[in-house]
Amino acid sequence: MTEPTLRLSERLNARFGDRLAAVRDAFGQTTIEVVPDNLHEVARALRDERELRFEVLTDLCAVDYLGFGEDEWETSDVSDEGFSRGVEGPGSPGRFDWASRPVRTVDKRFAVVVHLLSIANNQRLRIKVFCADSSLPQVPSLVDVWPAANWYEREAFDLYGVLFEGHPDLRRILTDYGFVGHPFRKDFPLIGNVEVRFDPEQGRVIYEPVSIEPRVLVPRTIRDDSRYLQGQAEQAERQGK
Amino acid sequence: MQEIRNYTMNFGPQHPAAHGVLRLVLELDGEVVQRADPHVGLLHRATEKLAESKPYNQSIGYMDRLDYVSMMCNEHGYVRAIEQLLGIEAPIRAQYIRTMFDEITRVLNHLMWIGSNALDLGAMTVFLYAFREREELMDCYEAVSGARMHATYYRPGGVYRDLPDRMPQYREHPWRKGSELKRLNAWREGSMLDFLDAFCVDFPRRIDEYETLLTDNRIWKQRTVGIGVISPEQAMAWGMSGPMLRGSGIAWDLRKKQPYACYDKVDFDIPLGTNGDCYDRYLVRVEEMRQSNQIIRQCVKWLRENPGPVMLRNFKVAPPSRAEMKDDMEALIHHFKLFTEGYSVPAGETYAAVEAPKGEFGVYLVSDGANKPFRVKVKAPGFSHLAALDDIVRGHMLPDVVAVIGTLDLVFGEIDR
Repeated sequence: MTEPTLRLSERLNARFGDRLAAVRDAFGQTTIEVVPDNLHEVARALRDERELRFEVLTDLCAVDYLGFGEDEWETSDVSDEGFSRGVEGPGSPGRFDWASRPVRTVDKRFAVVVHLLSIANNQRLRIKVFCADSSLPQVPSLVDVWPAANWYEREAFDLYGVLFEGHPDLRRILTDYGFVGHPFRKDFPLIGNVEVRFDPEQGRVIYEPVSIEPRVLVPRTIRDDSRYLQGQAEQAERQGK
Repeated sequence: MQEIRNYTMNFGPQHPAAHGVLRLVLELDGEVVQRADPHVGLLHRATEKLAESKPYNQSIGYMDRLDYVSMMCNEHGYVRAIEQLLGIEAPIRAQYIRTMFDEITRVLNHLMWIGSNALDLGAMTVFLYAFREREELMDCYEAVSGARMHATYYRPGGVYRDLPDRMPQYREHPWRKGSELKRLNAWREGSMLDFLDAFCVDFPRRIDEYETLLTDNRIWKQRTVGIGVISPEQAMAWGMSGPMLRGSGIAWDLRKKQPYACYDKVDFDIPLGTNGDCYDRYLVRVEEMRQSNQIIRQCVKWLRENPGPVMLRNFKVAPPSRAEMKDDMEALIHHFKLFTEGYSVPAGETYAAVEAPKGEFGVYLVSDGANKPFRVKVKAPGFSHLAALDDIVRGHMLPDVVAVIGTLDLVFGEIDR
């Protein structure tokens, strides 16, 4: 195989220009951001054009960016009493309360992420599409470009409530028949909303509000402090020896 | 004239050939399938959401439970994604161990597949033969990690511990004594590498045994030749990978095309099919077992000659040794922080894929800099394969549906996640 003279990101930039909202290279992987309106045109070109030829859709998924970059434990500041101990909700201190957890609203909450693979050129590409409206996230369907998108889009709809315009059969796929809600959204509690049991008096299976209290064993912490830098320096030194 | 209507039939989720919990709603015209609508999700455990609520290392065990017949390959995909974000790389010996166990896993998976697929199509003996060898390899899993299936052996920065010096042996038992006991323990006198050496010498003969039962078997060929034909164009359009793609003649294997671990240092071939039917995929998988055997042999040879560390000495990611913790305060603190809080992964997103036995197993990982992943998406090979089922079985007879489900190599742990 001959090495392409230009990097993929540069070629994509030259080909699509301002139809791409952003192009990024990280960890040897290329990501392009596309607005929903341009998705179809870009997708078709990516599949059909000779120097691109992304004939396989490996993966499609949604991401909910609600609460991105938020932690539940302040680790950078020290108060008079020392470090805080996790999030202190209305429950007992240190016990995390799901309803009152800190969640900032984000501007564009839902994104659909598509992973493509070119077998002909041995290349991968990630497309990111942010949905314009967070209360009714909508993205054009890719089923007519890559049939493989069918079930992946059903899954993204089921778990995140993203609507794919033009999908031939947008049913739930993974959750139970008659399930309410979109369980992978960040504001859907991990333990769910309902629990199921057999009621001997009524002689049938009944749904009740969940009785377990949500709790978190390890709070979410974001550390970007000197101890990591020191660790990296130590490792570099060790490897140098 | 009497009106003739199609009728709808429910296949599974309790059908033995449904490979777990597949519910298939079939629309039949006589015995010919007009439409197949798979209902999945009966095994949905929200693995990806659970992973968002735990520090990174605590989810490795969940990966085993996705595709529960190729456990360590799943771990490998997840661990590689974390390593990419952290910017670390496991020591070379750990990479070889991973390569070896990935191939052991591939053999385990294909043995399970050949046994259950043959059983579905009416050949009982292959199943018993395949499980005999599976048991030996399961013992390697157990020797190295303590668990027969859900090993949690791969860790970011290496593997949990080095290979053991001795293999567990069979004990005397009313049904296992004297010369029989001696025969069973013959390979188990030395280390695990000795055991694997003996296994690799013996295994090609065992594969020949399966082949004598199936490859030229008239019934087997009647049930698989020309059934479930997938053209290369269709295979790509449906997003297939692994033996499903190679059975249709597309030379694509991540181990060759995008090498990871030590696959660029070992010598092996990629078998390809020509017709894209169930029989070709059977031949591809059998040959893959032979190639995996070659890779295991090469890894055993290298591992014998090159002792070394199997885990990175970076206490921010990997725990210090017990001995160090006993007299070093710093090591104790590291251990405590690592097991209570975990490590923070720099913000970013990555997609790491491995060539799992069933196809491309990928993990898309988004981190916001916290000690827990922000989003984990598992790309399971079986999901795309099953999605194509409707198109593959349309026009086939009802018994062929079983052959096609078998050839897709479905495991619902990974499809439903």
